[in-house]
Amino acid sequence: MLTIKNLHANINGKEILRGIDLQVNEGEIHAIMGPNGSGKSTLSAVLTGNPLFTVTEGEVIFNGKNLLELAPEDRSREGIFLSFQYPVEIPGVSMTNFMRSAINEHRKYKGFDPISASDFLKLMREKKDLVELDNKLASRSVNEGFSGGEKKRNEIFQMAMLDPKLSILDETDSGLDIDALRIVANGVNKLRTDRNACIVITHYQRLLDYIKPDIVHVLYKGRIVKTAGPELALELEERGYDWIKQEVDAQ
Amino acid sequence: MSIEQSYIELYKEHQADLKKPCSDLLNAGRDEAFARFASLGFPTTSNEDYLYTDLGPSFSVDYGLNLNRLHIPVAFRCDVPSINAYLYYVVNDSFYVTQEPPVLPEGVIICGLNEAAQKYPELVAKYYNRQAGKNKAATVALNETFVQDGFFMYVPKGVALAKPVQLVDIMRSDVDFMANSRNLVILEEGAKAQLLECAHTQDAVQFLCNRVTEVFVGENASFECYTLENTHNRTTNIGSLFVKQEASSNVLINTITLHNGLTRNNVQVDLDGPGAEVLLCGMAIGDKNQQVDNFTLINHNTHHCRSHELFKYVLDDSAIGAFVGKIYVAPGAQKTEALMTNKNLCATPTAKMKAKPQLEIYADDVKCSHGATVGQLDETALFYMRSRGISVREAKLLLKFAFTADVIENIRIDALKDRIHLLVEKRFRGELSKCAGCVICQ
Repeated sequence: MLTIKNLHANINGKEILRGIDLQVNEGEIHAIMGPNGSGKSTLSAVLTGNPLFTVTEGEVIFNGKNLLELAPEDRSREGIFLSFQYPVEIPGVSMTNFMRSAINEHRKYKGFDPISASDFLKLMREKKDLVELDNKLASRSVNEGFSGGEKKRNEIFQMAMLDPKLSILDETDSGLDIDALRIVANGVNKLRTDRNACIVITHYQRLLDYIKPDIVHVLYKGRIVKTAGPELALELEERGYDWIKQEVDAQ
Repeated sequence: MSIEQSYIELYKEHQADLKKPCSDLLNAGRDEAFARFASLGFPTTSNEDYLYTDLGPSFSVDYGLNLNRLHIPVAFRCDVPSINAYLYYVVNDSFYVTQEPPVLPEGVIICGLNEAAQKYPELVAKYYNRQAGKNKAATVALNETFVQDGFFMYVPKGVALAKPVQLVDIMRSDVDFMANSRNLVILEEGAKAQLLECAHTQDAVQFLCNRVTEVFVGENASFECYTLENTHNRTTNIGSLFVKQEASSNVLINTITLHNGLTRNNVQVDLDGPGAEVLLCGMAIGDKNQQVDNFTLINHNTHHCRSHELFKYVLDDSAIGAFVGKIYVAPGAQKTEALMTNKNLCATPTAKMKAKPQLEIYADDVKCSHGATVGQLDETALFYMRSRGISVREAKLLLKFAFTADVIENIRIDALKDRIHLLVEKRFRGELSKCAGCVICQ
C-alpha cells in the first residue's frame, strides 16, 4: 500500500529525514519508535504534506500514486489520515460543519453526491459512541475547550468518520491517562480491517500493549535503524534506546 | 470650483423649491445649517477624524436630488423577508405610504418625518436635532440643509412593541443620485422596541446616501437597532447615528456591512443617566476595492454606566477597513465600565486595516479596556482542515465564517440571526443575491 524509498526531508534548511525506507501492506500495523528528535513527527508531517517541510530526495508511492505530488487535501481523499499529536483548536467552526465538509469533499472526489442530512447525523452518532464522546459534540467548536483525552478521542472519531486506508497515529498516547488510552486504543482496534493499515508512532511501549503491532521499527537520526517483530518493543522498554544509539553510532 | 461650491450654489438657487414641500420645523434650521456647512467644507484627510477616508471624490459627482418630491416607482423584494415585522419603506429620502399600513399598538406613531413634523409639531420639536445639532460634522450640516423627509418612530411610555419594525431603505434612480435622509426614533420611559434597517441600491448608477438618525431612549427603555447594508460598489453610504440614553436604559446596536462601495458610519452614544447600558457591535465584510470606516464615540457622561463594543472586519483582495473607537469618561463618571474590542482579519497581503482605539478618562474609579488586533488566517488550522480533505477555499471560508460568529450572536431576533448567518455565508462564497437591476457587482 505504502512504499517509501530513500526519503530525505528538511525544515528551514535543517535535514531531519535522512533516507527513510519503509513498506506498509494492507492489514498491517507498524509501530515506529525512537528517541526525541529522531524525526518521528516529521515523517508524519511529510506524509500528509505539511508545507513547513521540504522533501529533498526520495519517493513515496501510495496505492500506485506518487503521494508527494498530491496536495494535502487530496492525500486525505486518497485515504490517508493523520491523528495529530497536538490537535489545533478552531473556535467558531462546529464539529458538524467541519465533518460534513470533510465527508462531502471525500465523496465529491470519488464522484458521489453529498451525504444526506439524516445519513450524516446517523453516522456522527454511530462513530462518536466508538470513542465515548458526549452528545454535545456536534455543536461544539473543533477541539475548543476539549481536554487532552477528548482531543485524542476526537482524532479517532474523525478517523472513524473518514474511514481511511492508511492511518497514522502520531504519539496518540501522549498526555493520556490509562482510561483514555484504553478508549482510544479500543476505537483504533475496532476500525481495523484486513484492507486498511496503520502506522503507530510512539515513544513508549504502553500503547502497544493495546494496539498490537505486526512490525516494529526504530527511527534514529532520521533513518530507520532497526526493524523486527513486536518483541523489539518489549526489549526497548526494558533496555531503553541507548544500546541502539551505540550500535548505530559505532557504524 | 471647490466641491462644496456646487452644493452652495445648489442651495442658493433652489432653496425655495427645497423648502416648499416641507414643514416649518424642518425648514427652521436650514439657513443656519447651510452657513455652518459653507464654513466647514467637506472633511479631507488632513482632518484627524477623516484620516483614513477621503470623502471628497464621492461628493464631487454631479448627483441629482429630488427636491420637488416626485414619486419614484419601485418594485423590490428585500433579502430579509419573512421576519415577522411591521414593514416600512423609505425610497431615497421619501417615506413611502403603502396600501395597507401595519396596525400598531395604541399611541405608537410610525410615519414619514415630514408628516410627523406637520401632524405632531410639539412632539417632534422636543427631540428633532437635539443631538445632531451639537455635532460639528459637515455631512451632518449638509443633511440638515437638504433634508426633506425620512422616517419617524415614536413609542409612548411603557409600550412594548411585540414585533420588530423593519425599515427597508432603497436607493432608486435612473441618474446618479444623492439622498439626504433623516430618521428620528423616540422611546419614552419604559418603552421597548426593535428596529431593523436594511439599505439596498437598485440601479447601476452612483448613489450617495447621507443619512442622519437620532434615537432618544427614555429611562428604563430598551432599544435594539440592527442595520444591514447590502449596496453595490458605486454607493457611498454616510450614516450618522446619535443615541441619547437616559438612566437604566438598555441599547443594542449591531451594524453589519455585507456588501458596499464606500461606507462611513459615525456613531455617537451619550450615556446621560446612571445605569444606562449600550452594546455596540458591528461587522464589515469587504473585498475587491470596498472601503468600510466605522467611527464610534461613546460618552460616559455620568456614573455607573456600561458600554461594550465589538467590531470585526474580514477584508479580502484590496479592501480597506478603518475603525476608530473613542471612549470618553467624564469627570465624576465613577464606576464606569467601558470595554472595547476590535478584531480584524486580512485574508490577503493587499487588504488593509487601520484600527485606532482611544480612551479619554477623567474619572478614577473605572474599568476601561481596549483591544485591537489585525491578523491573518491561522495556518495550523488551515492545514488541519486540509488534512481532513477540505479544500483550501472551503477551509478559508469556514475560518472566516467562524471569525464573525460572535458578532452575529449579538442579534436578539432569532429569525434575523438565522437569516444573517445565511447571508454572511453566501457573501463569503460569493453567492450573495443582488437586487434586480444591479449589474455592477458581478
